[in-house]
Amino acid sequence: MSAILAAIVSIAFHGLAYAMVLYLISVGLSVTMGLMGFVNLAHGVFAAAGGFVMTRLMNGYGVPFPLAVAAAFLAVGAGSMVLERLLYRRLYGADELSQVLMSVGLIFMSVAAAKFLWGPLAQPMTPPAYLSGQLDLGFRAFPAYRSFLIVAGAVVVTLLWLGLERTRFGARIRAAVDNRRMAQSIGIDTGRLFTWTFALGSALAALGGALGADILAIDPAYALEHLVYFLIVVAVGGLGSIRGPFFAALLLGIADTGFKYLLPEFGAFFIYALTLAILLWRPQGLFGRV
Amino acid sequence: MRADAVGGAAPQAVEALARAHRLKPWELAPWLAAIAAYFLFPSYLPLGAQILIAILFTLSIDLILGYAGIVTLGQSAFFGAGAYTAGLLAAHGWGEPISGLAAAAAVAGLLGLASGAVILRTRGLSLLMLTLVIAEMLQEAANKAGDITGGADGLQGMEVWPLLGHFEFGLFGRTAYVYCLVVLFLLWLVARRIVHSPFGRSLTGIRENEARMHAIGSPVFRRRLVIYAFAAALSGIAGALLAETTQFVGLDSLGFERSGSALIMLIIGGVGRLYGPFIGVPLYMVAQDRFAQADPVYWDFWIGLLLIIVVVFARGGLLGLAERLLRRRGRKP
Repeated sequence: MSAILAAIVSIAFHGLAYAMVLYLISVGLSVTMGLMGFVNLAHGVFAAAGGFVMTRLMNGYGVPFPLAVAAAFLAVGAGSMVLERLLYRRLYGADELSQVLMSVGLIFMSVAAAKFLWGPLAQPMTPPAYLSGQLDLGFRAFPAYRSFLIVAGAVVVTLLWLGLERTRFGARIRAAVDNRRMAQSIGIDTGRLFTWTFALGSALAALGGALGADILAIDPAYALEHLVYFLIVVAVGGLGSIRGPFFAALLLGIADTGFKYLLPEFGAFFIYALTLAILLWRPQGLFGRV
Repeated sequence: MRADAVGGAAPQAVEALARAHRLKPWELAPWLAAIAAYFLFPSYLPLGAQILIAILFTLSIDLILGYAGIVTLGQSAFFGAGAYTAGLLAAHGWGEPISGLAAAAAVAGLLGLASGAVILRTRGLSLLMLTLVIAEMLQEAANKAGDITGGADGLQGMEVWPLLGHFEFGLFGRTAYVYCLVVLFLLWLVARRIVHSPFGRSLTGIRENEARMHAIGSPVFRRRLVIYAFAAALSGIAGALLAETTQFVGLDSLGFERSGSALIMLIIGGVGRLYGPFIGVPLYMVAQDRFAQADPVYWDFWIGLLLIIVVVFARGGLLGLAERLLRRRGRKP
């Protein structure tokens, strides 16, 4: 009996940590798709870039962990702003196919660039001493870094939700998602709003990529390997929502951990089947509007 | 149709539309080029066969993407299904190539029918996702069912019989090249017939304005499903051709790379024109053969850049550019 309980706790714990990483990476994608209607398959590139910036700073220059994470957040946010102005902006309102192809092109370029700059191997990530080892909670010990991931994820999620509900910037985003034309006509500069939202979403992805580097290893093909999972979170959660992807990430993180733990011989098969079933039942996602 | 019978519509446009289905002399060009290539580049025939197979695969994507407007990232699901069907048959004692193609077409077509009946009910991102999910699901299944498929090592031990009982699939790839060329030509005729039929026209209508097609009573869902299943069968045949001519099936036949690169080749050539694959695929694959062996990293980089440039500046690909140039020349006195 206690073995089953231990397995459940273990799956829930690791699934939760995984879910936080998935959510941080995917929430920006959901907002970009809901707000700008842009099918950005290259979103994982920002997460990978975050991971690369952080591991490079830590392993190459001995920068402390918190600083390296902050640098990844800011650098990727700034870089994505440039991309938005140069490329993405031209294809707002274009057909799905063009957006898909443009972002696939970006993935190809980024994968090649990462291979060229860092070589084909995964970048090692060693948590700082104060976050390694085990964290003893009395009844059971948990890996300290994963516990930190869960707490950090929860803090960011809370900040994000408060920001969207309580600030003027959040109100503008909600208005633009609901009705872009109306938002424009009451004087919201949606062009600038798009740029900042895009940058924030990309920076959050970088944060997710950097913090989650020990779950989703940072290698050059990152953006391609995990693309399906990010898309599942967004599609199952519902476009334009920031709460939907959270529950979708929870579901995916815990279910994936559970299936791989209990039925490793089937790999990711059940996750895909589950996604298929959910999207058939609710094509607009669990929390999407019709 | 007489031009004056349609009132105000421009007579030339009406004439052009009414004549669209007739075979034009330049449509023979790709086939003449393919036959010439057989005699001119005898040492490149294996690559030539690969190109013909990729053209067939890309053509199947052109049918659903260019005509029915279904954006798919998972066409490799059907390619792989066809490849594994022909491969498993040949590995278990039935190596007759043509019936292998038929079996592959049936399996892939049924798979397209079943999965299409499910996923074509969705739109936009969900549809895109689900095409990808189906392909990933099959790949994961093939990967984990190692006893049957050979898993990551690929399917070994295929024995393909001589074509028509006579022509061995030899080392120089002559049989393979001619076999692929004939199959491609026949299927291209069928695809061309479909595109210009009332059915094909209604697909274009659905792509351009779905609500209107519903309003005039066109069975939209059924039409999309039929073309989806047909394209799946074409992809399955392409996969079977690859399996039979290389005597090997790997997991990559189901992979995203295959769907992605076919999409790129189609975009370079031009979507929705039926001839895009004949331009885009040879260009891409010959260039890949030249440059990618030396340095695959650079290749990916430049292909990505090219893709972005085509999408942002040259919609319609090379054929679209050519059309625009011709039209501009035509307008000048």
